Amino acid sequence: MKKYILQSIRLTLVLMVLLCILYPLTLAFAGKFSKGEGSGEKVTKNGKTVGYALIGQSFTNPEYFWGRPSAVGYNAAGSGGSNKGPSNPDYLQQVSDRVDTLLKYHPYLKKSQIPSDMVTASGSGLDPNISLEGAKIQIKRVAEYRKLDKKQVEKLVEENTEKPLLGLFGPSALNVLKLNLALDELKR
Amino acid sequence: MKSQSNKLFEPALVQTALKQSFVKLDPRVMIKNPVMFTVEIGTLVMAYVTFYSISNTGQGSALYNFFIFLVLFLTLLFANFAEAIAEARGKAQADSLRKTREETPAKLILADGTIKQVSSSQIKKGDIFICETGDTIPTDGEIVEGIATIDESAITGESAPVIREAGGDKSSVTGGTKVLSDEIKVMVSTSLGESFLDKMIALVEGASRQKTPNEIALTILLASFTLVFIIVCITLKPFADYANTPITIAALISLFVCLIPTTIGGLLSAIGIAGMDRALRANVITKSGKAVETAGDIDVLLLDKTGTITIGNRKATQFYPSKGIPREVFIKLCLLSSIPDDTPEGKSIVELANQLLPIGAVSSSEKEGMDFIKFTAETRSSGVKLSNGNQILKGASDAMRNITQKAGFNFPEDTAEEVKKISSNGGTPLVVTENAVVMGVIELQDIIKPGISERFERLRKMGVKTVMVTGDNPLTAKFIAEKAGVDDFIAEAKPEDKMNYIKAEQQQGKLVAMMGDGTNDAPALAQADVGVAMNSGTQAAKEAGNMVDLDNDPTKLIEIVEIGKQLLITRGTLTTFSIANDVAKYFAIVPALFIASIPALQSLNIMGLNSPESAILSAVIFNAIIIPILIPLALKGVAYKPIGATALLRQNLLIYGIGGVVAPFIGIKLIDLVVGLFI
Amino acid sequence: MNTELLGIIASFAITLVIAVPLGKYLANVFAGEKTWTDFLKPFESIIYKLSGINPKEQMTWKQHLKAMLTINSVWLVYGFFVLMYQDKLPLNPDGNAGMSPDLSFNTIISFVVNCNLQHYSGESGLTYFTQQFVIMFLHFTSAATGIAAAVVFFKAFRDKTTTTLGNFWEFFVKSITRLLLPLSLIVGLILAFNGTPTSYEGKDQFISLQGDTVNVSRGPAAGMIAVKHLGTNGGGWFGVNSAHPLENPSYLTNMVEVISQMIIPIAMVLAFGYFIRKRKFAWTIFGVMTIGMFMLLIPTIMSELGGNPAIEKLGISQTIGAMEGKEVRFGPAASAYWSTVTTIISTGSVNSMHDSGMPLSGLWQLLGMMINSFYGGCGVGILNYFIYLIIAVFISGLMVGRTPEFLGHKVEAREVKIAAIITLLSPLLILAGTAIASFVFGSYGDADWAVKPANWLNNPSFHGFSEMLYEMTSSNANNGSGFEGLGDNNIFWNISTGIVLFLGRFLPIIGPIAIAGLLGAKKYIPASAGTLKTDTKTFALMTFAVILVLNALSYFPALALGPLAEYFTMIGLRE
Repeated sequence: MKKYILQSIRLTLVLMVLLCILYPLTLAFAGKFSKGEGSGEKVTKNGKTVGYALIGQSFTNPEYFWGRPSAVGYNAAGSGGSNKGPSNPDYLQQVSDRVDTLLKYHPYLKKSQIPSDMVTASGSGLDPNISLEGAKIQIKRVAEYRKLDKKQVEKLVEENTEKPLLGLFGPSALNVLKLNLALDELKR
Repeated sequence: MKSQSNKLFEPALVQTALKQSFVKLDPRVMIKNPVMFTVEIGTLVMAYVTFYSISNTGQGSALYNFFIFLVLFLTLLFANFAEAIAEARGKAQADSLRKTREETPAKLILADGTIKQVSSSQIKKGDIFICETGDTIPTDGEIVEGIATIDESAITGESAPVIREAGGDKSSVTGGTKVLSDEIKVMVSTSLGESFLDKMIALVEGASRQKTPNEIALTILLASFTLVFIIVCITLKPFADYANTPITIAALISLFVCLIPTTIGGLLSAIGIAGMDRALRANVITKSGKAVETAGDIDVLLLDKTGTITIGNRKATQFYPSKGIPREVFIKLCLLSSIPDDTPEGKSIVELANQLLPIGAVSSSEKEGMDFIKFTAETRSSGVKLSNGNQILKGASDAMRNITQKAGFNFPEDTAEEVKKISSNGGTPLVVTENAVVMGVIELQDIIKPGISERFERLRKMGVKTVMVTGDNPLTAKFIAEKAGVDDFIAEAKPEDKMNYIKAEQQQGKLVAMMGDGTNDAPALAQADVGVAMNSGTQAAKEAGNMVDLDNDPTKLIEIVEIGKQLLITRGTLTTFSIANDVAKYFAIVPALFIASIPALQSLNIMGLNSPESAILSAVIFNAIIIPILIPLALKGVAYKPIGATALLRQNLLIYGIGGVVAPFIGIKLIDLVVGLFI
Repeated sequence: MNTELLGIIASFAITLVIAVPLGKYLANVFAGEKTWTDFLKPFESIIYKLSGINPKEQMTWKQHLKAMLTINSVWLVYGFFVLMYQDKLPLNPDGNAGMSPDLSFNTIISFVVNCNLQHYSGESGLTYFTQQFVIMFLHFTSAATGIAAAVVFFKAFRDKTTTTLGNFWEFFVKSITRLLLPLSLIVGLILAFNGTPTSYEGKDQFISLQGDTVNVSRGPAAGMIAVKHLGTNGGGWFGVNSAHPLENPSYLTNMVEVISQMIIPIAMVLAFGYFIRKRKFAWTIFGVMTIGMFMLLIPTIMSELGGNPAIEKLGISQTIGAMEGKEVRFGPAASAYWSTVTTIISTGSVNSMHDSGMPLSGLWQLLGMMINSFYGGCGVGILNYFIYLIIAVFISGLMVGRTPEFLGHKVEAREVKIAAIITLLSPLLILAGTAIASFVFGSYGDADWAVKPANWLNNPSFHGFSEMLYEMTSSNANNGSGFEGLGDNNIFWNISTGIVLFLGRFLPIIGPIAIAGLLGAKKYIPASAGTLKTDTKTFALMTFAVILVLNALSYFPALALGPLAEYFTMIGLRE
């Protein structure tokens, strides 16, 4: 028994050097050569960091495309979903309120045109994406607020649509931050 | 055994069993069966709840609770009845065997040599008694003096009398058999109450019934299922509280009793007893339940050739005259040599010769005045001395060669060749000489019992390897082995060869069964996993084995293997059936429990049962009556078919697994239709 | 064909393409036969030498268990204190606090037992030091413990009769050097080059496009996320696990992560066949597990793609599917696939919030964890399956008229007893745990704990019950995923699940190893025509029936009150 204890402790220490020091340092070194140099890919506007490419941020201004509802208000120092159950009456009320807000800003919409991602909170609370349908329903509003041609915005949405992986796997999506950045570029 | 009855429920037995069903309610007895013990506790609780609900509210109506109590009580009785009827049947079977030996007068030889008439119940082990012509032998014993023909039909049903004599392997006599001729002195070998039969009765009655290892394992498994359902039912209470659904004690206990494997729990010991009983009906006394169970696992079966694979005697099949001897002349010589010979071989020679010779080929004068020369171990030949002085002898080829060569003649080449050929074909050559001149050779062949190779085929399909044990030379043995379809053989077998063979097989992890009768078989019988001693065998052999075959039928092993398999299969299938039943019971009871406060769960009531109350009652009733419905199956056993393990599993899974799921859906629905009329 | 479904099919196909050869490779590695990674031998020798281990020393099954329990105890003690005092240790750029004793108790057990139930949130609950020196360290070692235990089990059936079952340390070290570490490097690199951070930099701050000030948690996560999946651990760097955009940046990484959590469990099943030279048997087991997986997976995908009927009733289109708690870049199909994979295998990482899934998805997830052996966790999956096998062998052995045997060894009372205890354990822990929680919730709602019991549940009614049931089930299965709405960081849940985690891990390892050790030491019985073959479809069906019936019978009432009641009530709403 004593033998096992000693062996356990020594083996633990040896493996720590291997697994907790050498292994992550190797990856950290390799990560230096990745896009964000291992610290996350940043998005800049006029040389200033305005966000991380992968992390969604809150857009409430009607001049921007909106992202999905977030249970944590896009707080990237934390993260979290709503964890609301599908039959929870409070939750259904919340969804209903979101629908009302959407309809208020998009009076041209029919309820049935609203895709579910626009009224449900994402899992991370930091979802950077919306669905293609989610973007399409906003085109008219954004164009109106920005006084742009609808066609122009439509084209922008199309350009910013990320196709499925290899065109084969997974859904299409739009990165809201990148789309809005492109929108800002357009204005200028 | 004449008193055998194939009726499952004889009124007298049912009466005893009914009485026993109540006696067995004693918790001290019940606790041995954990599954049914928990039902008993549940029943007691329901009794209390019934009284409580007479004057209190909240637990449903007293009448309803009483019904639940009643059904649970019946469940207990049914389970007890299953065990009791199995016991009663086994006991009746054994009793009828024993009855013959009780109250038989015994002529005890006292120390001073005088003879005193006493009742058989008064004689003890070691006593010596005398039996004369016409006496019934009062108890089991060994002949110490004399030889007698004995009618064993009372025990074995075989009408042909047998010879028993002091010393050797045929010295054992059984109580209840009758001396037909002569006189023997017999020493009592077992004390009263200790004979195998007594032991077996004790086994059946439960006093000394020990659970077999497999039964223990199954009981553990069933107990753990029971525990799981205890957990399920206890935790249901706080779950229901969370869901604001009050659950009555009646509902909870009903759910519990329905879920635990009461079907197999109630029938388990009946199945075990019935297995021993079936063995007894096959005229095999088992010394433990485990032996029957082990028989089902046998991998290797050792069988003696003579009497098992071949009918005891060889028969003449061909005559081969030596070169220059006319065939007819030779046959005639053979016939003459055997006319006074009343051994089976001799008779078969006469028979064959008569067929081959034209009528009147042998004149009656030739037959007259001949002297028979008896077979002796020294000469190893027999024959006749004709009235004309000619001496015709027949015997083993080496013995005859001696005689011929001593007389100065040559042993003819072609006959020597023929002798070899016959041997290699599994036959026995008998060389015939006339006045020391070789005339030819008779071929005697072993006759393989009709139907035996089919039985071996059946055993092979069961996965049992058959091994023939014979004193024959390897050539002969091989020939017969192939012809009979056994998988292996031990030729020129000495008693220790059997022992070594068994040990070698066991070394490889196989289970070996054998049958034996002689004292020199005893070590091998003890070594074998299943040793079946013939009742005609010596006491030593019977002590060493774990079963005794009253019929002295060597093929009995095959039946025993099947009985063992049947026993296990019955356990397995009823377990499967019992567990599979639970699916339907859940669909009956769970919606019933919650429907009041969670109406949406009506969707789970796929049987469309009337009301929560009738659903629960129907499930409990089904659970109770399935036990008596299955008693016949438990007693008769599920049939075993040697179709290979996988096919058998598929078949039983289909019948008892799928059937076990479907049957209660139908049963509960039907009961609910009836119960619904009253609730 | 729909690209979402195609993505799932591709994921499973790639999983098999990797897992099959990996299984053969693992069998060779552990059997000590030649493999191309033998160049690592000198490196392993150094590890043995430094640790004072002689890898040639043969152990009995009892010694194996002693060694395993000893080293696990060392980690428990070490981790408990380090987590409590992490604020005093280096590599804490965000200045996070130490853990409370009960949280530390729960967390360290959770990671030692390969469960990774997290009652904290990674961004604020741990430091970079504890993330790596406790969490990631245990990601490797707890997985290696499970794999080594499975190899001990393999070893018992390789030879006809044996009592010496190899060296635990050797199996353990090889699990890391030959399997987990190399694969983790590959997966870690893929993640690093697709957006997952690797540097030790602390929180960042920026001003968003709209002008909000935003803080972003980061850290060297890629290496940990790689082994979190490969070792079926599941405990993530960030609070929302693989739903977090940095932890699982794209559909590609999502595929990589879901594939990497499945390959070792599947490979171990196949390795069993190669190792004991009964490949057909292993493929039969694989077949049962795979069919089981699809029976859970297909309805899950259907219910998630079908969307939420309650929202549909509000008039909102459900063509995309149910999106609450899900990420757009994965979509509902890949989220459903992940949720099935992560619950049948004991990973417990999530890429969507299970609490917000459809009621029936919750049912299938719960069932997956209750069964816990459709592939199951690294190494332990096959050990769990073994218990079902023993029961199936026992009952079907009887049904063919032979006292039961498994791989040539007689299964007798002692083995059945152990199997029965282990079978009993899961319902006991899950149901009794949930029952106590329900009772406390109902009767002691005001208890003065970090979270008052009355406030535990994020959802009312049946779904709230499911949250408690899920937590206990996940703990018992050493899964680690959760219906995260549950307020679980308080003394009740920390202690109760801690105990469930501990028992739910070690007894189901000890039991099968003991049975295997006992069986392996028994005389070997060669098969005959009467022997029940365990590699046939019929026997596979029998095993499947045993798994299904045992679990259905144990949990039907609980499931009826949770997800089933919720489902039928919701369906009722629709009408």
